[in-house]
Amino acid sequence: MTESSPLRRWVQGLLNPEARRHLAAEPDADDTGFAEGAAAVLDKPLDRRQALRALAGAAGAGAALVNAACSPLSGRNEEAQLRWEEFFKKNYRLMTDSERSATVDRLERLAAGEQKEKVHIQTSKPAAGVLFGYAFNISKCKGYQDCVTACIEENNLDRKSNMQYIRIFEIENGQSSLASANGSYYHKVPADGQYYLGTQCFHCENPPCVSVCPVGATWKEEDGIVVVDYDWCIGCRYCQAACPYFGRRFNWSAPEIPAEEINREQHYLGNRPRKKGVMEKCTFCIQRTRQGKQPACVEACPTGARIFGNLLDPNSEIRYVLANKKVFRLKEELGTEPKFWYFSD
Amino acid sequence: MRHHPLTHFFFDAFLSATRGRLGYHVWMGCLTFFMLLGAYAYQIQLQEGLVVTGMSDHVSWGMYISNFTFLVGMAAAAVMLVLPTYILDDIDFGKAVLIGEGVAVAALAMCLAFVTVDLGGPHRVWHMIPKIGFFNWPRSLLTWDVLVLNGYLALNLLIPFYLLYRRYTGRQPEKHKYVPFVILSVFWAVGIHLVTAFLYAGLPARPFWHNALLGPRFLASAFAAGPAFIILVLKIINHFTDYSIRTVIFHKLAMITTVAAQINLVMLGSEIFVEFYHPTEHTESAMYLFFGLDGHTALVPWIRTAIVLNIIATLTLSIHRLRHHPIVLPIMGATLFIAVWIEKGMGLVVPGFVPGPLGDIVDYHPSWIEIAVTSGIWAMGFFILSSLIKVAIDIESGRLSAAKRQSGGVTS
Repeated sequence: MTESSPLRRWVQGLLNPEARRHLAAEPDADDTGFAEGAAAVLDKPLDRRQALRALAGAAGAGAALVNAACSPLSGRNEEAQLRWEEFFKKNYRLMTDSERSATVDRLERLAAGEQKEKVHIQTSKPAAGVLFGYAFNISKCKGYQDCVTACIEENNLDRKSNMQYIRIFEIENGQSSLASANGSYYHKVPADGQYYLGTQCFHCENPPCVSVCPVGATWKEEDGIVVVDYDWCIGCRYCQAACPYFGRRFNWSAPEIPAEEINREQHYLGNRPRKKGVMEKCTFCIQRTRQGKQPACVEACPTGARIFGNLLDPNSEIRYVLANKKVFRLKEELGTEPKFWYFSD
Repeated sequence: MRHHPLTHFFFDAFLSATRGRLGYHVWMGCLTFFMLLGAYAYQIQLQEGLVVTGMSDHVSWGMYISNFTFLVGMAAAAVMLVLPTYILDDIDFGKAVLIGEGVAVAALAMCLAFVTVDLGGPHRVWHMIPKIGFFNWPRSLLTWDVLVLNGYLALNLLIPFYLLYRRYTGRQPEKHKYVPFVILSVFWAVGIHLVTAFLYAGLPARPFWHNALLGPRFLASAFAAGPAFIILVLKIINHFTDYSIRTVIFHKLAMITTVAAQINLVMLGSEIFVEFYHPTEHTESAMYLFFGLDGHTALVPWIRTAIVLNIIATLTLSIHRLRHHPIVLPIMGATLFIAVWIEKGMGLVVPGFVPGPLGDIVDYHPSWIEIAVTSGIWAMGFFILSSLIKVAIDIESGRLSAAKRQSGGVTS
């Protein structure tokens, strides 16, 4: 997508002069310049007639009409303006650094309006020489599910639908098939004669979900994390059909998180709150791991069954496990090359 | 004031489609009612999200994608009329072929509508436009499907339009101008259905779909259900209009339907053998479909009905005297149509998700919203089909022409 794409020009024609000036400001030209320009426009509230004219333009656009139906604008003009610009932004992968900071600025303003408190959205990039991998010790896991809770809180998962990225399966000793496992147990653990195995997104090196996406809204980053651009996803759910590990979750309705429980340290590709009708998934806690921290599930595990680290670092714990333990992966025959290994002591 | 004949053509076509006998108006009125009901239900879905459907993270495609899959086959089936008429110069099919192309256009419009209502963010589909958005071609099979479906829609609008417009202006169609497109559309028809099959067959995560027979079986069932449906439409036209269809067309269409249905049954038998002779973990989806799994039997009555109907229709049509019978033929056509709709719709899409990749068994039951939206889209398809057929018949029978307009035959 280029800056002067026909659609963008056409949309600009529909806008009121003020909004047009704002959008015409070349985001590529200068990062701070654009941010200041945006701030100047935003600080000066539009009058009601101008806002209505902008909305009428949106109605004419047809596509935006549906958008209005999907996320009704509040009475606030600034919010309407920000949402309008958010709607026409690019795929995150194709954004320049200045465009990224512009969208983060808009998202932080929108969040401040909605939640009355500041959030911080990172756009940190993958570090050179890092490839993340995960190992899960099936002898140590006792099925307490502290990881599940930590994941929900860290990643701002929808509380209404009780969305969970991690699943812990209770499996009878002597069995290995997940089909015979119990994926939703409600009794005291550890139970006799059972062992526990956790699943989540395995961040495959050859991810089938990525190839099938018609709009390129999901991809594998340089450090091996498979991410979703929540604002680019059109919600066709082809990736969900393609995933052999049930690693993906869809927002069937608008997600709800109590304001006081929102994790305000966020990443654009990570735990920032999602919207209705888009796909999401485990990101190896990208907002933490790109800052050198461990994922929330690893930190929360009381038994030390979870090991996470850099596969390219020969001194890392994960490399020790891969070199010294007997490991296996799920459905290796599919050629997906998961970066998630199981092992036992 | 004098306008270009093209303007007259569209104006007259509009008048033709909006005027008719009382029965026509009642029919179109009923369809409009269902379309409005569907629009109402869809508006609720837009507000609340896809949570109002019966789908879940486990069964993430349902009735919408099932109907989409079936209708791609209906669209592709037009080729069974196009091929003999335009390329083999079989004049018997001449009158039926425009109807077949009308069915293709209506089916494609429904396909696109079903995909759209299945999206979580329909207002973001512009992300798929190349250059402006990001079109993941050639990696994603879904982008292939978008290309072939829209291309096929264009071909099926273009060819009949050219033929009807020439007829309207009283000129003979020039073969060198349209036959290349006809040949293209024949290959394209096979393409749309194979690509749609590859959408499913390309997913190793879902063993039920991941087999090489899926594409050929899609074609066989499409070439059974499609011509069967066209037989029904032609019967109705024959009965209600002065546009008479000769018996030989019905015989030929019935022959195509029968052979395709027989091939489809052979393939079904082959699939059942492979699944059940030595059941593996991959057999569980088929087990769920045909027998139920752990007490989950949502699809069992449906698929058994489909198989019984399929066998009855195929056997009946295989007998010459019954196939040529003017009453038995449309009844068996309808039977076959329903059987394939179940088998290739819900009977194909839902078992792919059950059991899930981690062994979860979750039933899927469509909600009233899904049923209302689905009937709304079907009503839209019939609405489009009825209008197209009405215009085509008026032009073909000579009632509607540029000459008539000049002599005051058509009031405006």
